[in-house]
This record gives sequence, structure tokens and C-alpha cells, in this order.
Amino acid sequence: MPPARTEFRAGLRAGLPLFIAIAPYGLVTGVAMAASGIPTLEAMAMSILVYAGASMLAAAQLIAEGAPALIVVAAAFIVNLRLLMYSASIRPYFAHEPLGRRLMVSYALVDNPYALFIQRFGPHPEEAGKFDYFIGLAIPIWLCWQASVGAGILVGNQLPAAWKLEFAAPLAFIAMSIPLLRDKQMVAAAVSAGATAVLAHGLPLRAGLALAATVGIAVGLLTEKLLRTKT
Amino acid sequence: MTLWLIIVGMSLATFGQRASFLLLPARVQLPALLRRALRYVPAAVLTAIWAPELLLQKGVLSLALGNERLLAGIVAIAIAWRYRVTFGTIIAGLVALHLFDWMF
Repeated sequence: MPPARTEFRAGLRAGLPLFIAIAPYGLVTGVAMAASGIPTLEAMAMSILVYAGASMLAAAQLIAEGAPALIVVAAAFIVNLRLLMYSASIRPYFAHEPLGRRLMVSYALVDNPYALFIQRFGPHPEEAGKFDYFIGLAIPIWLCWQASVGAGILVGNQLPAAWKLEFAAPLAFIAMSIPLLRDKQMVAAAVSAGATAVLAHGLPLRAGLALAATVGIAVGLLTEKLLRTKT
Repeated sequence: MTLWLIIVGMSLATFGQRASFLLLPARVQLPALLRRALRYVPAAVLTAIWAPELLLQKGVLSLALGNERLLAGIVAIAIAWRYRVTFGTIIAGLVALHLFDWMF
């Protein structure tokens, strides 16, 4: 089998198990959008065009409160700041791909495919099959997301809260982030970012996330420097 | 009408963020410090997303035994650290959540 096909299939295999995390999160997002009064067509259009769950949840809340359009868009931008960083982080792996492929990667660049891609190719940007692996990851994740958001919009508030399925989302982020902690500076970055996010939780417009990322990066770089001068 | 304006605005903002660096020409080199800094983005951002979900109860820091989300999260972290499996981590975390909820 050519390496492209092998990588595509490897991507599918890595992306499929995430349905357990994506489906509840998509359902919750769909339910929240329906509950905030966004009509079915508009909610589904938002899901397909925006394709970024956290910002859709934030938007649903603000729309329900009757916030002006500009505030909703600005809040979505802040919630999605990490996508800007993902774009920069993933660039070395796709810089030589044609424009069409880079646009496709751009559209599908959300938390789960990004994290799984970095897990697979992290230290090896020169390896072949990166685009195929990414698309393999992106397809099941996209389909599952859209189906579950659609179901959430239709089901509305009927889901039993006793299942506690909303906890699957943070669990998925744990499963994705813990394997990245390969050295001391990475642990320092993660711990400081997590602590900042907890302390800055009350900041408006989800600014705590951007602040936590900045603190984590700074602490990671400082730890790296300290470890280097010590040895 | 306003709703469609919001959808278009959010779409442009979000796609712009994702495409930003990916669309730079290949010959443009990112500064060395920026590239070193970017290594820390995934671990920092992903941890910042889940940490408040475990440590806060109704917006207040809670390290008590009654915080079953924190206990279940610790189980999930241990599984993720030891076995590095996505599916197993999520299942273990959900089972632990129901178990701790029943216990405390």
C-alpha cells in the first residue's frame, strides 16, 4: 500500500475512537444553541461554517442574552485564539503543501485533530504522509461533530443529565494533553497554564484561556533556560 | 438578519485564525524564539481547557473529597500518563465519576 493510503487509514483509526468525547460535546453544543433560540437552519449553518465548539457555546450564551453582533464575534475570536497558535504550530508540517491543501487543513484545524497530529508527527516534521494522516483524522471527527450537533439541536433538552456525559469533554482534553508532557519544561508550562486558567476563570469573555496560554509559554521558555544554564 | 451577520463574522474570524500562519509562503521563516515558544502551546492550552473543569465547583476552587470531578480527573490523568490511550482514559474517567459520586 502506498504510504499516503497507509497514513490516511492510520489517521482514521486514530480519529474514530474520539466519537465518545466529541458526540456528547456536540450534543451539548446543539442543545445549548437550540435553547438560546437560534433556529435549526441557522444553528446548523453555524456548526458547519464556524466549526469550533467552544466559541459556539459562548455565542449561544451571548445571543440568548441579546448581546450585539460585534460582541458575539469578538468573544468567539478570543475563545478561539488557540486556533491561531495551532495554525502557527502546525505550519512547519504543511508549509510546502499546495494552497488548496493548506486551506483544507485550515478549515479542519480544531483541538482533537491538532492534538492527535502533533502526537503522531511531533518530532518528525520531515516524514511523509502528513496531509493524508491529518485528513484521515479530520473526516470522522467532522462527521461525528456535525451529526451530534444536529442531534443536539433536534433533541433539545431531553437528554438525561444523570449520564454526566458532559464530563467526557474535559476527559478528552486530559487524554490529549498528558502524553505531551515528555520533559520538565513541558510539565512546567502545562501546570502553570492550568493554574492560571483556574485563577483567571472569572475574567470576562473567556480571556483567562489566552492569559493561561501566555503564562504557560513564558514559564516553559524560562524553565528551558534555567535547565540549560544549570547543566 | 443579525444572526446571519454573527454567523458570517464568526466564520471569517475563526477561519482567519486557522489559516493565518498556514497561508504564509514557505520561504518566510518564523523567528527562532517564536518557534521555541510554539512548542509549549499544545500542552499549555489543552491543560488550561480542562483544569478549571476539575478544580472549580460553581466557579469556586474546590480541593475537597466531595469534588468527584477532581477525583475522577486524577484517575483519568493516571491512566493517560501510564497507558497513553484516549478511549480508555475517557471511559475510566466517566466510570470513576459515577463511582465517586455514589461513594461521597
